Amino acid sequence: MFPVLQIGSLALRLPGLLLIVGLWLATFLVDREAPRRGVSGAVVNSLIFYALIGGLLGARLGYALGYFDVYLKNPLALISLNPDALAPLEGAVSAGIVALIYAQRKRLPLRPTLDVLAPGLSLFAVFVGLAHLSSGDAYGAVTQVPWAIELWDAMRHPAQVYEILLAAIVFGLIWWLSSRSAFTGFLFLSWLSLAAAGRLILEAFRGDSAIVLGGLRLAQLVSLAILMLALVALHVLAKREESSPAPQS
Amino acid sequence: MEHLLEMMGDRKRWAILMGAVFIIGAAWIWLSAVPASATPSGEISSPLEGFAAPDFTLELMQGGEVTLSDLRGRVVIVNLWASWCPPCRAEMPALQRLYEDNHERGLEILAVNSTFQDSAGAAQDFVDELGLTFLVPLDRSGDVSRLYQLRALPSTFFIDRHGVIRQVVLGGPMSEATLQVAVESLMDEMP
Repeated sequence: MFPVLQIGSLALRLPGLLLIVGLWLATFLVDREAPRRGVSGAVVNSLIFYALIGGLLGARLGYALGYFDVYLKNPLALISLNPDALAPLEGAVSAGIVALIYAQRKRLPLRPTLDVLAPGLSLFAVFVGLAHLSSGDAYGAVTQVPWAIELWDAMRHPAQVYEILLAAIVFGLIWWLSSRSAFTGFLFLSWLSLAAAGRLILEAFRGDSAIVLGGLRLAQLVSLAILMLALVALHVLAKREESSPAPQS
Repeated sequence: MEHLLEMMGDRKRWAILMGAVFIIGAAWIWLSAVPASATPSGEISSPLEGFAAPDFTLELMQGGEVTLSDLRGRVVIVNLWASWCPPCRAEMPALQRLYEDNHERGLEILAVNSTFQDSAGAAQDFVDELGLTFLVPLDRSGDVSRLYQLRALPSTFFIDRHGVIRQVVLGGPMSEATLQVAVESLMDEMP
Protein backbone atom coordinates (compact mmCIF):
# COMPACT_ATOMS: atom_id res chain seq x y z
CA MET A 1 0.00 0.00 0.00
CA PHE A 2 1.38 3.37 -0.98
CA PRO A 3 -1.43 5.90 -0.87
CA VAL A 4 0.45 9.19 -0.85
CA LEU A 5 3.37 10.43 -2.89
CA GLN A 6 5.03 13.04 -0.70
CA ILE A 7 7.06 15.61 -2.64
CA GLY A 8 8.24 18.19 -0.13
CA SER A 9 5.08 19.64 1.37
CA LEU A 10 2.98 18.46 -1.55
CA ALA A 11 0.98 15.30 -0.85
CA LEU A 12 -0.16 13.68 -4.10
CA ARG A 13 -2.77 11.01 -3.64
CA LEU A 14 -1.60 8.09 -5.72
CA PRO A 15 -5.02 6.40 -6.14
CA GLY A 16 -6.43 9.53 -7.78
CA LEU A 17 -3.40 9.76 -10.02
CA LEU A 18 -3.85 6.13 -11.13
CA LEU A 19 -7.51 6.77 -11.96
CA ILE A 20 -6.53 9.76 -14.09
CA VAL A 21 -3.93 7.67 -15.95
CA GLY A 22 -6.57 4.96 -16.51
CA LEU A 23 -9.02 7.53 -17.86
CA TRP A 24 -6.37 9.00 -20.13
CA LEU A 25 -5.49 5.57 -21.58
CA ALA A 26 -9.20 4.79 -21.98
CA THR A 27 -9.61 7.82 -24.26
CA PHE A 28 -7.03 6.27 -26.63
CA LEU A 29 -9.11 3.11 -26.80
CA VAL A 30 -12.17 5.23 -27.61
CA ASP A 31 -10.25 6.78 -30.50
CA ARG A 32 -9.25 3.32 -31.71
CA GLU A 33 -12.71 1.83 -31.42
CA ALA A 34 -14.83 4.70 -32.73
CA PRO A 35 -14.03 4.55 -36.48
CA ARG A 36 -14.99 0.86 -36.63
CA ARG A 37 -18.49 1.73 -35.42
CA GLY A 38 -19.04 4.86 -37.45
CA VAL A 39 -18.93 7.18 -34.46
CA SER A 40 -16.64 10.16 -33.93
CA GLY A 41 -14.02 9.39 -31.27
CA ALA A 42 -13.65 13.10 -30.49
CA VAL A 43 -17.36 13.43 -29.78
CA VAL A 44 -17.39 10.37 -27.50
CA ASN A 45 -14.35 11.69 -25.63
CA SER A 46 -16.09 15.04 -25.20
CA LEU A 47 -19.08 13.13 -23.88
CA ILE A 48 -16.82 11.51 -21.24
CA PHE A 49 -15.33 14.88 -20.34
CA TYR A 50 -18.67 16.67 -19.95
CA ALA A 51 -20.15 13.76 -18.02
CA LEU A 52 -17.19 13.91 -15.61
CA ILE A 53 -17.57 17.66 -15.08
CA GLY A 54 -21.32 17.28 -14.66
CA GLY A 55 -20.80 14.40 -12.25
CA LEU A 56 -18.33 16.37 -10.16
CA LEU A 57 -20.59 19.41 -9.95
CA GLY A 58 -23.63 17.29 -9.13
CA ALA A 59 -21.72 15.37 -6.48
CA ARG A 60 -20.51 18.52 -4.72
CA LEU A 61 -23.88 20.30 -4.94
CA GLY A 62 -25.67 17.18 -3.77
CA TYR A 63 -23.31 16.96 -0.81
CA ALA A 64 -23.69 20.65 0.03
CA LEU A 65 -27.50 20.41 -0.13
CA GLY A 66 -27.34 17.72 2.54
CA TYR A 67 -25.51 20.18 4.82
CA PHE A 68 -27.20 23.34 3.62
CA ASP A 69 -26.64 25.43 6.77
CA VAL A 70 -22.92 24.76 6.89
CA TYR A 71 -22.39 25.70 3.24
CA LEU A 72 -24.68 28.73 3.49
CA LYS A 73 -22.37 30.14 6.17
CA ASN A 74 -19.29 29.21 4.19
CA PRO A 75 -20.11 29.18 0.45
CA LEU A 76 -16.45 29.18 -0.60
CA ALA A 77 -16.21 25.62 0.71
CA LEU A 78 -18.20 24.61 -2.38
CA ILE A 79 -14.98 24.79 -4.40
CA SER A 80 -12.82 23.01 -1.81
CA LEU A 81 -10.57 20.36 -3.32
CA ASN A 82 -11.55 17.82 -0.69
CA PRO A 83 -12.68 14.66 -2.52
CA ASP A 84 -14.50 13.45 0.60
CA ALA A 85 -17.11 16.18 0.26
CA LEU A 86 -18.81 14.51 -2.70
CA ALA A 87 -22.10 12.61 -2.85
CA PRO A 88 -21.56 9.59 -5.16
CA LEU A 89 -25.20 8.87 -6.06
CA GLU A 90 -26.06 12.49 -6.92
CA GLY A 91 -22.82 12.62 -8.91
CA ALA A 92 -23.63 9.50 -10.92
CA VAL A 93 -27.16 10.74 -11.66
CA SER A 94 -26.02 14.17 -12.84
CA ALA A 95 -23.21 12.62 -14.93
CA GLY A 96 -25.82 10.39 -16.57
CA ILE A 97 -28.14 13.32 -17.28
CA VAL A 98 -25.32 15.41 -18.78
CA ALA A 99 -24.21 12.44 -20.93
CA LEU A 100 -27.77 11.90 -22.18
CA ILE A 101 -28.28 15.55 -23.05
CA TYR A 102 -24.94 15.75 -24.84
CA ALA A 103 -25.55 12.49 -26.74
CA GLN A 104 -28.97 13.73 -27.84
CA ARG A 105 -27.62 17.07 -29.05
CA LYS A 106 -24.78 15.39 -30.95
CA ARG A 107 -27.15 12.69 -32.20
CA LEU A 108 -24.90 9.92 -30.96
CA PRO A 109 -26.45 6.50 -31.63
CA LEU A 110 -26.83 4.67 -28.30
CA ARG A 111 -25.62 1.15 -28.97
CA PRO A 112 -22.60 1.97 -31.17
CA THR A 113 -21.54 4.59 -28.61
CA LEU A 114 -21.74 2.06 -25.77
CA ASP A 115 -19.72 -0.40 -27.88
CA VAL A 116 -17.09 2.29 -28.40
CA LEU A 117 -16.89 2.81 -24.64
CA ALA A 118 -16.58 -0.89 -23.73
CA PRO A 119 -12.80 -1.43 -24.23
CA GLY A 120 -12.02 1.83 -22.41
CA LEU A 121 -14.30 0.88 -19.53
CA SER A 122 -12.66 -2.53 -19.19
CA LEU A 123 -9.17 -0.98 -19.17
CA PHE A 124 -10.26 1.65 -16.64
CA ALA A 125 -11.42 -1.16 -14.33
CA VAL A 126 -7.81 -2.43 -14.21
CA PHE A 127 -6.72 0.99 -12.96
CA VAL A 128 -9.52 1.03 -10.38
CA GLY A 129 -7.94 -2.18 -9.06
CA LEU A 130 -4.49 -0.58 -9.04
CA ALA A 131 -5.91 2.44 -7.19
CA HIS A 132 -7.42 0.09 -4.61
CA LEU A 133 -4.07 -1.66 -4.23
CA SER A 134 -2.39 1.67 -3.68
CA SER A 135 -4.86 2.97 -1.10
CA GLY A 136 -5.59 -0.32 0.65
CA ASP A 137 -9.31 0.17 0.05
CA ALA A 138 -11.56 -2.65 -1.18
CA TYR A 139 -9.55 -4.93 1.10
CA GLY A 140 -9.97 -8.68 1.46
CA ALA A 141 -11.58 -10.80 4.15
CA VAL A 142 -9.47 -12.23 6.95
CA THR A 143 -8.08 -15.61 5.87
CA GLN A 144 -5.35 -18.18 6.47
CA VAL A 145 -4.58 -19.08 2.86
CA PRO A 146 -0.79 -19.27 2.21
CA TRP A 147 -0.88 -16.25 -0.11
CA ALA A 148 -2.63 -13.99 2.41
CA ILE A 149 -1.15 -10.51 2.82
CA GLU A 150 -0.90 -8.50 6.01
CA LEU A 151 -3.11 -5.47 5.73
CA TRP A 152 -5.01 -3.39 8.27
CA ASP A 153 -3.63 -5.47 11.14
CA ALA A 154 -4.79 -8.87 9.88
CA MET A 155 -3.84 -11.53 7.33
CA ARG A 156 -6.25 -11.01 4.45
CA HIS A 157 -7.07 -12.16 0.94
CA PRO A 158 -5.15 -9.93 -1.50
CA ALA A 159 -8.55 -8.88 -2.90
CA GLN A 160 -7.04 -5.93 -4.76
CA VAL A 161 -4.72 -8.32 -6.64
CA TYR A 162 -7.69 -10.58 -7.48
CA GLU A 163 -9.51 -7.49 -8.67
CA ILE A 164 -6.64 -6.47 -10.97
CA LEU A 165 -6.30 -10.01 -12.37
CA LEU A 166 -10.03 -10.35 -13.04
CA ALA A 167 -10.17 -6.92 -14.65
CA ALA A 168 -7.15 -7.79 -16.82
CA ILE A 169 -8.82 -11.02 -17.98
CA VAL A 170 -12.02 -9.13 -18.81
CA PHE A 171 -9.98 -6.51 -20.67
CA GLY A 172 -8.20 -9.24 -22.66
CA LEU A 173 -11.49 -10.86 -23.62
CA ILE A 174 -13.07 -7.54 -24.64
CA TRP A 175 -9.98 -6.67 -26.67
CA TRP A 176 -10.30 -10.02 -28.44
CA LEU A 177 -14.03 -9.63 -28.99
CA SER A 178 -13.76 -6.04 -30.21
CA SER A 179 -12.68 -7.13 -33.70
CA ARG A 180 -15.25 -9.92 -33.78
CA SER A 181 -18.27 -7.94 -32.71
CA ALA A 182 -21.34 -9.65 -34.14
CA PHE A 183 -24.02 -6.96 -33.81
CA THR A 184 -24.30 -3.45 -32.38
CA GLY A 185 -24.54 -3.61 -28.62
CA PHE A 186 -22.72 -6.95 -28.50
CA LEU A 187 -19.42 -5.60 -27.23
CA PHE A 188 -20.93 -3.43 -24.50
CA LEU A 189 -23.25 -6.18 -23.27
CA SER A 190 -20.37 -8.65 -23.30
CA TRP A 191 -18.36 -6.26 -21.13
CA LEU A 192 -21.32 -5.73 -18.81
CA SER A 193 -21.82 -9.52 -18.40
CA LEU A 194 -18.12 -10.19 -17.81
CA ALA A 195 -17.69 -7.27 -15.39
CA ALA A 196 -20.76 -8.34 -13.42
CA ALA A 197 -19.57 -11.96 -13.32
CA GLY A 198 -16.13 -10.79 -12.18
CA ARG A 199 -17.59 -8.75 -9.35
CA LEU A 200 -19.84 -11.67 -8.38
CA ILE A 201 -16.73 -13.83 -7.96
CA LEU A 202 -14.50 -11.17 -6.39
CA GLU A 203 -16.97 -9.94 -3.80
CA ALA A 204 -16.81 -13.29 -1.99
CA PHE A 205 -13.23 -12.48 -0.95
CA ARG A 206 -13.82 -8.86 0.06
CA GLY A 207 -13.71 -7.79 3.68
CA ASP A 208 -15.76 -4.62 3.34
CA SER A 209 -19.01 -5.85 1.78
CA ALA A 210 -22.30 -4.13 2.44
CA ILE A 211 -24.50 -6.83 3.95
CA VAL A 212 -28.24 -7.28 3.41
CA LEU A 213 -30.86 -9.91 4.23
CA GLY A 214 -28.96 -11.46 7.10
CA GLY A 215 -25.55 -12.14 5.59
CA LEU A 216 -25.85 -11.80 1.81
CA ARG A 217 -23.50 -9.39 0.05
CA LEU A 218 -25.36 -6.56 -1.68
CA ALA A 219 -22.81 -6.21 -4.49
CA GLN A 220 -23.25 -9.88 -5.42
CA LEU A 221 -27.04 -9.60 -5.61
CA VAL A 222 -26.75 -6.49 -7.80
CA SER A 223 -24.08 -8.15 -9.97
CA LEU A 224 -26.18 -11.28 -10.53
CA ALA A 225 -29.18 -9.12 -11.48
CA ILE A 226 -27.07 -7.11 -13.95
CA LEU A 227 -25.57 -10.30 -15.37
CA MET A 228 -29.00 -11.83 -15.99
CA LEU A 229 -30.35 -8.62 -17.58
CA ALA A 230 -27.29 -8.38 -19.84
CA LEU A 231 -27.75 -12.00 -20.95
CA VAL A 232 -31.42 -11.34 -21.74
CA ALA A 233 -30.46 -8.23 -23.71
CA LEU A 234 -27.83 -10.22 -25.66
CA HIS A 235 -30.51 -12.71 -26.67
CA VAL A 236 -33.00 -10.01 -27.66
CA LEU A 237 -30.44 -8.19 -29.82
CA ALA A 238 -29.22 -11.45 -31.39
CA LYS A 239 -32.81 -12.35 -32.32
CA ARG A 240 -33.41 -8.90 -33.75
CA GLU A 241 -30.21 -9.20 -35.75
CA GLU A 242 -31.34 -12.55 -37.16
CA SER A 243 -34.70 -11.22 -38.30
CA SER A 244 -33.24 -8.10 -39.95
CA PRO A 245 -29.65 -8.74 -40.91
CA ALA A 246 -27.92 -5.43 -41.42
CA PRO A 247 -24.42 -4.94 -42.76
CA GLN A 248 -21.87 -4.57 -40.01
CA SER A 249 -18.97 -2.20 -40.14
CA MET B 1 -17.46 -17.48 -31.66
CA GLU B 2 -19.92 -18.58 -34.38
CA HIS B 3 -21.19 -21.21 -32.02
CA LEU B 4 -21.76 -18.66 -29.28
CA LEU B 5 -23.70 -16.35 -31.58
CA GLU B 6 -25.82 -19.19 -32.82
CA MET B 7 -26.59 -20.16 -29.24
CA MET B 8 -27.39 -16.57 -28.34
CA GLY B 9 -30.11 -16.44 -30.95
CA ASP B 10 -31.58 -19.81 -29.96
CA ARG B 11 -34.16 -19.15 -27.29
CA LYS B 12 -34.12 -22.63 -25.77
CA ARG B 13 -30.37 -23.07 -25.54
CA TRP B 14 -29.85 -19.53 -24.28
CA ALA B 15 -32.53 -20.07 -21.62
CA ILE B 16 -30.73 -23.20 -20.45
CA LEU B 17 -27.44 -21.30 -20.27
CA MET B 18 -29.07 -18.45 -18.34
CA GLY B 19 -30.67 -20.92 -15.95
CA ALA B 20 -27.28 -22.52 -15.34
CA VAL B 21 -25.63 -19.13 -14.80
CA PHE B 22 -28.36 -18.15 -12.38
CA ILE B 23 -28.10 -21.36 -10.35
CA ILE B 24 -24.30 -21.19 -10.18
CA GLY B 25 -24.42 -17.47 -9.32
CA ALA B 26 -27.02 -17.97 -6.60
CA ALA B 27 -25.09 -20.91 -5.15
CA TRP B 28 -21.91 -18.82 -5.10
CA ILE B 29 -23.72 -15.99 -3.30
CA TRP B 30 -25.04 -18.50 -0.79
CA LEU B 31 -21.59 -20.05 -0.26
CA SER B 32 -19.98 -16.65 0.21
CA ALA B 33 -22.60 -15.37 2.66
CA VAL B 34 -20.83 -13.53 5.33
CA PRO B 35 -18.78 -15.06 8.09
CA ALA B 36 -17.76 -12.72 10.89
CA SER B 37 -14.42 -11.99 9.21
CA ALA B 38 -15.97 -10.41 6.15
CA THR B 39 -16.99 -7.03 7.49
CA PRO B 40 -14.91 -4.30 9.02
CA SER B 41 -14.66 -5.16 12.63
CA GLY B 42 -14.77 -2.72 15.51
CA GLU B 43 -12.49 -5.15 17.33
CA ILE B 44 -9.47 -4.99 15.03
CA SER B 45 -7.69 -1.67 15.36
CA SER B 46 -6.22 -0.05 12.29
CA PRO B 47 -5.99 3.53 10.98
CA LEU B 48 -8.82 2.96 8.50
CA GLU B 49 -12.50 3.76 8.22
CA GLY B 50 -14.63 1.16 9.95
CA PHE B 51 -11.90 -0.03 12.31
CA ALA B 52 -11.26 0.73 15.97
CA ALA B 53 -8.88 3.67 16.34
CA PRO B 54 -5.46 2.43 17.51
CA ASP B 55 -5.09 3.41 21.16
CA PHE B 56 -2.22 5.49 22.50
CA THR B 57 -1.08 7.42 25.55
CA LEU B 58 0.97 10.59 25.03
CA GLU B 59 2.35 13.42 27.11
CA LEU B 60 0.52 16.72 26.58
CA MET B 61 2.06 20.07 25.68
CA GLN B 62 -0.25 21.53 28.33
CA GLY B 63 1.16 19.08 30.93
CA GLY B 64 -0.13 15.68 31.98
CA GLU B 65 -1.06 12.79 29.71
CA VAL B 66 -3.93 11.75 27.51
CA THR B 67 -5.11 8.26 26.56
CA LEU B 68 -7.33 8.02 23.52
CA SER B 69 -9.52 5.22 24.88
CA ASP B 70 -10.33 7.35 27.98
CA LEU B 71 -12.27 9.64 25.64
CA ARG B 72 -14.75 6.87 24.66
CA GLY B 73 -18.25 8.33 24.63
CA ARG B 74 -17.06 11.57 23.05
CA VAL B 75 -16.47 12.36 19.38
CA VAL B 76 -12.70 12.70 18.85
CA ILE B 77 -10.71 14.26 16.03
CA VAL B 78 -7.09 13.07 15.89
CA ASN B 79 -5.13 15.51 13.74
CA LEU B 80 -1.45 14.78 13.07
CA TRP B 81 0.52 17.93 12.33
CA ALA B 82 3.88 19.69 12.37
CA SER B 83 4.66 23.38 12.76
CA TRP B 84 6.67 23.50 9.51
CA CYS B 85 3.78 22.10 7.43
CA PRO B 86 1.84 24.96 5.76
CA PRO B 87 -1.48 23.14 5.21
CA CYS B 88 -1.36 21.98 8.86
CA ARG B 89 -0.96 25.58 10.00
CA ALA B 90 -3.68 26.74 7.63
CA GLU B 91 -6.37 24.46 9.04
CA MET B 92 -5.67 25.07 12.74
CA PRO B 93 -7.90 28.18 13.07
CA ALA B 94 -10.81 26.19 11.61
CA LEU B 95 -10.15 23.37 14.08
CA GLN B 96 -10.07 25.89 16.93
CA ARG B 97 -13.44 27.40 15.94
CA LEU B 98 -14.90 23.93 15.54
CA TYR B 99 -13.66 23.04 19.00
CA GLU B 100 -15.10 26.19 20.58
CA ASP B 101 -18.50 25.56 18.95
CA ASN B 102 -18.74 21.86 19.80
CA HIS B 103 -16.65 21.07 22.88
CA GLU B 104 -19.66 21.42 25.17
CA ARG B 105 -21.61 18.98 22.98
CA GLY B 106 -18.95 16.32 23.39
CA LEU B 107 -16.16 17.03 20.89
CA GLU B 108 -12.49 16.47 21.74
CA ILE B 109 -9.63 17.40 19.45
CA LEU B 110 -6.23 15.75 19.85
CA ALA B 111 -3.82 17.73 17.67
CA VAL B 112 -0.93 15.25 17.83
CA ASN B 113 2.29 17.09 17.06
CA SER B 114 4.81 14.95 15.14
CA THR B 115 7.47 16.13 17.58
CA PHE B 116 9.99 13.55 16.36
CA GLN B 117 10.15 15.49 13.08
CA ASP B 118 9.38 18.91 14.56
CA SER B 119 10.59 20.73 17.65
CA ALA B 120 8.56 21.07 20.82
CA GLY B 121 9.60 24.74 21.00
CA ALA B 122 8.39 25.61 17.50
CA ALA B 123 5.16 23.72 18.15
CA GLN B 124 4.67 25.60 21.45
CA ASP B 125 5.24 28.96 19.72
CA PHE B 126 2.69 28.13 17.05
CA VAL B 127 0.08 27.00 19.59
CA ASP B 128 0.62 30.19 21.62
CA GLU B 129 0.46 32.39 18.54
CA LEU B 130 -2.95 31.04 17.54
CA GLY B 131 -4.20 30.64 21.10
CA LEU B 132 -5.21 27.02 20.55
CA THR B 133 -7.13 25.62 23.51
CA PHE B 134 -7.61 21.96 22.54
CA LEU B 135 -5.26 19.19 23.69
CA VAL B 136 -1.88 18.96 21.95
CA PRO B 137 -0.21 15.58 22.59
CA LEU B 138 3.50 15.35 21.71
CA ASP B 139 4.61 12.35 19.67
CA ARG B 140 8.31 12.51 20.58
CA SER B 141 9.18 8.94 19.60
CA GLY B 142 7.12 8.79 16.39
CA ASP B 143 5.27 5.74 17.74
CA VAL B 144 1.81 7.23 17.19
CA SER B 145 2.71 8.47 13.71
CA ARG B 146 3.78 4.91 12.87
CA LEU B 147 0.68 3.46 14.52
CA TYR B 148 -1.46 5.68 12.30
CA GLN B 149 0.70 4.90 9.25
CA LEU B 150 1.37 8.61 8.77
CA ARG B 151 2.27 9.30 5.14
CA ALA B 152 1.01 12.83 4.66
CA LEU B 153 0.78 15.86 6.93
CA PRO B 154 -1.76 16.77 8.03
CA SER B 155 -3.71 13.52 8.46
CA THR B 156 -7.03 13.68 10.24
CA PHE B 157 -9.08 10.86 11.75
CA PHE B 158 -12.70 11.34 12.83
CA ILE B 159 -13.54 8.89 15.60
CA ASP B 160 -17.09 8.21 16.80
CA ARG B 161 -18.35 7.81 20.34
CA HIS B 162 -17.60 4.08 20.24
CA GLY B 163 -13.96 4.60 19.31
CA VAL B 164 -14.41 3.59 15.66
CA ILE B 165 -12.75 5.61 12.88
CA ARG B 166 -15.49 6.93 10.61
CA GLN B 167 -13.58 9.17 8.24
CA VAL B 168 -9.95 9.68 7.27
CA VAL B 169 -8.72 12.82 5.54
CA LEU B 170 -5.15 12.71 4.22
CA GLY B 171 -3.66 16.09 3.41
CA GLY B 172 -5.22 19.50 3.88
CA PRO B 173 -6.08 22.15 4.65
CA MET B 174 -9.66 21.14 5.36
CA SER B 175 -12.28 23.86 5.16
CA GLU B 176 -14.36 24.63 8.21
CA ALA B 177 -17.41 23.35 6.34
CA THR B 178 -15.77 19.98 5.74
CA LEU B 179 -14.90 19.72 9.41
CA GLN B 180 -18.34 20.81 10.57
CA VAL B 181 -20.08 18.31 8.29
CA ALA B 182 -17.84 15.44 9.39
CA VAL B 183 -18.41 16.19 13.05
CA GLU B 184 -22.11 17.01 12.84
CA SER B 185 -23.21 13.53 11.78
CA LEU B 186 -21.12 11.89 14.53
CA MET B 187 -22.41 14.28 17.18
CA ASP B 188 -26.00 13.27 16.57
CA GLU B 189 -25.28 9.59 17.20
CA MET B 190 -26.15 8.32 20.65
CA PRO B 191 -23.22 7.27 22.81
